Amino acid sequence: MVAAGKARVDSPPLTLPFDGGGKGGGGVNAGRRVSGDSTPPQPLPIKGRGLEPIWAVLESVPDPEIPVLSIVDLGIVRAVEAERVVLTPTYTGCPATQVIERDVRAALDAAGYRRVRIETALSPAWTTDWITPVGRAKLHAYGIAPPTAPGQGTPECPRCGSAHTDEISRFGSTPCKSLWRCLDCAEPFDLFKCH
Amino acid sequence: MASLPPIDLPRGATGAGAFDALAEGGENNVLFGFLLRLGDDSLILGQRLSEWTGHAPSVEVDLSLANIALDLVGQATHFLNHAGEVEGKGRDGDALAFRRDVLDFRNCWLVEQPNGDFAQTMARQLLFSGWQKLLFQALLGSRDATVAAVAEKAVKEVTYHEELAAEWVIRLGDGTEESRRRMQDGLEWMWRFVPELFDMDPLAAFVAEHGLGADLAALRPAWDRRVRSVIEQATLRVPADQRPILGGRRGHHSEHLGHLLCTMQFLPRTYPDATW
Repeated sequence: MVAAGKARVDSPPLTLPFDGGGKGGGGVNAGRRVSGDSTPPQPLPIKGRGLEPIWAVLESVPDPEIPVLSIVDLGIVRAVEAERVVLTPTYTGCPATQVIERDVRAALDAAGYRRVRIETALSPAWTTDWITPVGRAKLHAYGIAPPTAPGQGTPECPRCGSAHTDEISRFGSTPCKSLWRCLDCAEPFDLFKCH
Repeated sequence: MASLPPIDLPRGATGAGAFDALAEGGENNVLFGFLLRLGDDSLILGQRLSEWTGHAPSVEVDLSLANIALDLVGQATHFLNHAGEVEGKGRDGDALAFRRDVLDFRNCWLVEQPNGDFAQTMARQLLFSGWQKLLFQALLGSRDATVAAVAEKAVKEVTYHEELAAEWVIRLGDGTEESRRRMQDGLEWMWRFVPELFDMDPLAAFVAEHGLGADLAALRPAWDRRVRSVIEQATLRVPADQRPILGGRRGHHSEHLGHLLCTMQFLPRTYPDATW
């Protein structure tokens, strides 16, 4: 339900500097546009110098809804600095957001980073373009079709690889997924919605 | 029962009658009122839609409506938390959602209307999401950074809501004799609540002038084009305009809202500070 205590909105929200203006050079989503909306160029996360140990801690935190993905694979870690970690929630009402913040806190504390604070930035809004190539591969191996751009045709069945697939429901078991079925192997599967 | 509330309006706003009394507090107070409108629309419709959970015509529809409700409650969380910060009296989104009484809600009449049958719910969703999508597109340019950020995030989600509703309106309208009759009835029932969405009362005019809110009246032509096109594809009639029903933005509501709040607020009011 509405905001359990700690989930807070920064006001005004952080504005992150753009780092290179997007995933350059023909990544999986190069040049795509998301469903007619006004998604800004996609910034890469800010890595910070010498902060690899903190990144390693964050890579150990799974997404609560899709535990095969870490929150780094999902692309919601937008910046890591010596004293703060900036997260961007995936969906406005995603219940995982609060769980993620709690899990990140616990992981940082356990690794000795008690002084690193967690901040939330709403803008620029998260997009499925921020899922890393590793994350997309993990999704596919797990049986969830990674997001496909509009106009790229139907998603491939993650089980048999057929592109002969059909949408059953626009909304699936979590806010980030829709439900599809394969017309060749007849299995249903989840598609990570392009967002 | 408390007396009807004064309306929160900027100084110098025009208006007549007891309910147009100007409130103290200047721009912040107006911003608070504006954020309540945004947050309450999302909260109340989110609560309404969640009533379908476990009762929808199919499991896919059940999931869809629960997802839309979740998105809307998420929007409400952001808007109402921000409203609490702007107000500066230590209230957060939870306090505003669960500890205000019916006269203090600022949502429009459309969102508090009972679900009726599935067709009536889809009619309400088409009219509302079509409007909210245009509203959020306009709010991307809001001078209030939080409003702009929430709009940026939510506009993608609302696009899905509107598409789902449009698909169902078309499917039911261009369906069987019974689904067609129910879809037309749903639109006829909900149509009277449309003018309130675009009503530029003094508060709406003030926030639009100051770059915080959108010019609602200016959204109407694009909304008309989209909604009329869906209704035509559904082979249904665009309902005739009726006498507009206004008042939600001032805290004057239909009796339905109080009953909705009874359900929504029961637990936190009965067990204050309960956690889970």
